[in-house]
Amino acid sequence: MDKRKVYLDYSATTPVKEEVLQAMLPYFTESYGNPSSLYSIGQDSKQALETAREQVAALIGASPREVFFTSSGTEADNWAVIGAAESMAKKGGHVITTAVEHHALLHTAEYLEKRGFEVTYLGVGQDGLIRLEELESAIKAETTVISVMFANNEVGTIQPVEEIAEIAKKRGILFHTDAVQALGNVPIDVKKLGLDMMSVSAHKIYGPKGVGALYVRKGLALPSFMHGGGQEGNRRAGTENLTGIVGFGKAAEIAKAGLQGHIARVSELRDYFVKEVSARIPDIRINGSMERRLPGNANITFEYIEGEALLLLLDLDGIAVSTGSACSSASLTPSHVLSAMGVPVEMIHGSLRFTVGDFTTKEDLDYTVGSLVRSVEKLRSISSVSKEKGWQ
Amino acid sequence: MAMYNDKVIDHFTNPHNVGELLNPDGEGTYGSPVCGDMMKISIKVENDVITDARFKTFGCGSAIASSSVATDLIIGKTVEEALKVTNRDVLDELGGLPAIKIHCSVLADHAIRSAIYDYAKKTGKTYVGLEGFDPGADEGDTHHGCDMEHKGCEKE
Repeated sequence: MDKRKVYLDYSATTPVKEEVLQAMLPYFTESYGNPSSLYSIGQDSKQALETAREQVAALIGASPREVFFTSSGTEADNWAVIGAAESMAKKGGHVITTAVEHHALLHTAEYLEKRGFEVTYLGVGQDGLIRLEELESAIKAETTVISVMFANNEVGTIQPVEEIAEIAKKRGILFHTDAVQALGNVPIDVKKLGLDMMSVSAHKIYGPKGVGALYVRKGLALPSFMHGGGQEGNRRAGTENLTGIVGFGKAAEIAKAGLQGHIARVSELRDYFVKEVSARIPDIRINGSMERRLPGNANITFEYIEGEALLLLLDLDGIAVSTGSACSSASLTPSHVLSAMGVPVEMIHGSLRFTVGDFTTKEDLDYTVGSLVRSVEKLRSISSVSKEKGWQ
Repeated sequence: MAMYNDKVIDHFTNPHNVGELLNPDGEGTYGSPVCGDMMKISIKVENDVITDARFKTFGCGSAIASSSVATDLIIGKTVEEALKVTNRDVLDELGGLPAIKIHCSVLADHAIRSAIYDYAKKTGKTYVGLEGFDPGADEGDTHHGCDMEHKGCEKE
């Protein structure tokens, strides 16, 4: 088989779409004015900025004035959770989040703990989902903020965000969700869902890296996170990343127009991939709920082998995927998400995440399955553990 | 493949001495799947010379490459010489590993010692290089049953 380049890590980042790039280009060299400047090219930039704000707002059902551009989803998470917890500190110092959040949220919660806040980390079931009863019983009089991710980055499971928002609202608690993975993959309407704050990012929806946004419900007095000039309605200082924001706007516009088609196409490809892998490779496990899941995500454990070795063999065949094993990061601990779901540690080491996107073809997946069959067989022939002999 | 040099990739994709010996003279295991890597090695010894060695490894690319190189290094050596092979020798032979992967070479080093320990126990022999070696000593319970020195394979 001819070697191809196959990218199956759309949850890590996405390529910038050609139309997005074309929309951005004039703002580097022609319309380079500072949006805060009063002369014409400054005002042109201001206009481009506000168009992008409308485009992003339209994708999430918000009003443009509720969208604040940031440098990343991580910045939006930090701003929302720290800002909300600190501004509510007089009422109480208890924050609820989950054990399966992205590090952008987990490490922010740990920061709050160091600052004297109390944080409850809700567990998840084998399906990767939190239990609403557990959330309700975790709420105390001092609880001021709940932050639960919309969809998980490793296993793609979609949390019951609308129900959580309702519980939070009833108890007078602010609710934030990290929707970085969900944006452009799930229909989102912040008004219908009843969200207070939501983090999003451009580079997961075929926009550029280095730009994100925080949705802040109108009337919510979230303190500013960056202090300086009057950009972003005095709430996020610093000259705007104009080219990035224009790209984000264009990517949001494209995502909104093609959302149903994207979901249908990508989930069909993912389902095909899972079906093929299941049929052709024995002793695998699919991690997380297949019902409440992002369309492009498949997280698969290949028993009796180690994931990074498999990732390398796939890479040698030109295929890019990511591992949920300890090998994927500098940390000793294997994937905190799979751990929280109760996946045995030895199996976490053999887990890979495949994420399909708009440029993935059926041929790419056939090629990947072929490489997987050979690579898994090869590593199992080298491995000191096996189905016959067990894990010892 | 920016992470590993060509030699490591070669030993990973075409590892030498994979398998299990029938009626081995010594067998050793080090690591555990919970820790992220485990090597099993079996050796044949004739006239105090290691005439053959085979390994099986559950682990990342550098654990497999280290196993391949380490078995190459001990075949043809006397037992006492084989005991002098260190993880440094494995690293040198591989042309280096990323800093965070150096522990993978320790896996092979320990597994070899365990196999020779088994051989010495079965034959009643004593070796200077085995003094103070306890095959189970490092398998503490500090982290999922993984000791801190042997912490599986990590990547930056």
